[in-house]
Amino acid sequence: MNWTLALPEIALAVSAMAILVGGVLPRRDTTFPAHIAALGALLLAAALTLAQDRGLAFGGQYVADGFSTFAKLLILFGAAAGLALAQEWNARQGIARFEFPVLILFATTGMMVMVSAHDLIALYLGLELLSLPLYVIAAFDRDNPRSAEAGLKYFVLGALASGLLLYGAALVYGFAGTTRFDRLAQLLADPARVSAGVVAGMVFVLAGLAFKVAAVPFHMWTPDVYEGAPTSVTAFFAAAPKVAAFALLARVLTGPFGGLEAQWQQVLHLAALGSMVLGALAALGQQNIKRLMAYSSIGHVGFALIGLAVGGEAGLRGTLLYLAIYMVMTLGVFGVLLCMRRGGRAVEGIGDLAGLGRTDPALALAMAVFMFSMAGVPPLAGFFGKLYALLPAVQGGFWTLAVVGVLASVVSAYYYLRIVKVMYFDAPLPAFDARPVAVSVVVAGAGLFTTFFFLFPAPLIAAAQAAVAALMG
Amino acid sequence: MAEIGLAHYLVVSAILFMLGVFGIFMNRRNVIVILMSVELILLSVTLNLVAFSARLDDLAGQVFAMFILTVAAAEAAIGLAIVVIYFRQRGTIEVEDISALKG
Repeated sequence: MNWTLALPEIALAVSAMAILVGGVLPRRDTTFPAHIAALGALLLAAALTLAQDRGLAFGGQYVADGFSTFAKLLILFGAAAGLALAQEWNARQGIARFEFPVLILFATTGMMVMVSAHDLIALYLGLELLSLPLYVIAAFDRDNPRSAEAGLKYFVLGALASGLLLYGAALVYGFAGTTRFDRLAQLLADPARVSAGVVAGMVFVLAGLAFKVAAVPFHMWTPDVYEGAPTSVTAFFAAAPKVAAFALLARVLTGPFGGLEAQWQQVLHLAALGSMVLGALAALGQQNIKRLMAYSSIGHVGFALIGLAVGGEAGLRGTLLYLAIYMVMTLGVFGVLLCMRRGGRAVEGIGDLAGLGRTDPALALAMAVFMFSMAGVPPLAGFFGKLYALLPAVQGGFWTLAVVGVLASVVSAYYYLRIVKVMYFDAPLPAFDARPVAVSVVVAGAGLFTTFFFLFPAPLIAAAQAAVAALMG
Repeated sequence: MAEIGLAHYLVVSAILFMLGVFGIFMNRRNVIVILMSVELILLSVTLNLVAFSARLDDLAGQVFAMFILTVAAAEAAIGLAIVVIYFRQRGTIEVEDISALKG
């Protein structure tokens, strides 16, 4: 029993429980120390992830390989940045409680279990360990009806998605006779063993996972939850959980369901096309910037799905690179959104950004960089993300995906550039309140990465390549 | 009397599952009914797993079922907590009133 392979997750879960106890016991306010301790725990988990061995653990239910290391480091980075962004904003909003970092740590543990899952049971438990804290933090601003409604909607649709996934897992177990990924992969490689029950089960599992990444047609919760949840929570939602769900999707599609490629490829095609088109069109008329970012995230999920739909090493590498770049951009954008506070009140209309180019040139510049990057303007990072996502589609002859992808990014450029226009050419509104230091650091870091990625793309591409090789090999 | 086989369990479970899904989508009245529908879905899955487990003579399915029951309890607790804070804000849990966010 090689339990040390799960050491990062164990360390994270134990620190979360320790912080929980530490927060409950003393009478004085422990919110800020809890945030610092949580950041320390994430750092510790990252160090343990880097140092850990490779192999199977817990009777083959758990796997640590190059792919899980890559995904876990991305997840830990996203969670740490989300936590750093959230602390000051929550304090100003009057919702700073020590439970927040604890819930983030539990959710992060869940994400790490998801990317290391090598069995349907581990998959389900990781997914629920991610989802349950997310339901709670969506409703974290409990005195705000919008936050409560976001939590309620997320809970109902999330529970339905978990139910779909479970029903699928039960069917796969029943008709294939095992829950382990490697045995499923062996069994289903033989077409004679593929029964209708297994295919139906796989479709249900994919539906549940599509909900978690917010791909069309399971996207309907995204706009409401993004808009209603506190902005600090939305920033967390938009970054790390997407990476975890995609990593899980990639593992499930290449591993246990690798033999069913003919069945799932069409489904992923349609999901990718639908997500890109809906993300581009539905965002056009939005006035609330969080809602706009929700539709934008659906569009980006469509691009990341292209790589999975195309398959192969190049496709998967494209997906991983797209996710990594998207996560950094989105953390930067939400950092800017967290600065949108005027006279002590958080504002979230696109019109509230008017004249930011004159009132806060540095912030406006960062936002402009992120917007151009999301629109896919070279030489920013977003352009390379789209390049590596679309190239395998073109090389594999998937012309519909490539053409629709390019058209969708042209349409979505309209609303990204509209934000730039509002910031630089509209009459200025009063300046925002002073920026929190941690937010400035995260935004500056994300901005530098997005701007100068084209100079140093090799390390990230090599890491993604190694992760994909570990997954396929 | 006919022997009760795997197919019977699967049909019952499928019916329960469909009832749960329709209970979530067709329900226009009360959020509590949605929570009950979610439980119904999870129970249908549990029934499926236990039936498969008996048929395959393999314990993994029953272990899975125990995990689902545990998670379902946590899920129900969180769901009810969210319904409570929602009710505190809005004074209603009618499904049709849950519409402050749209666009």
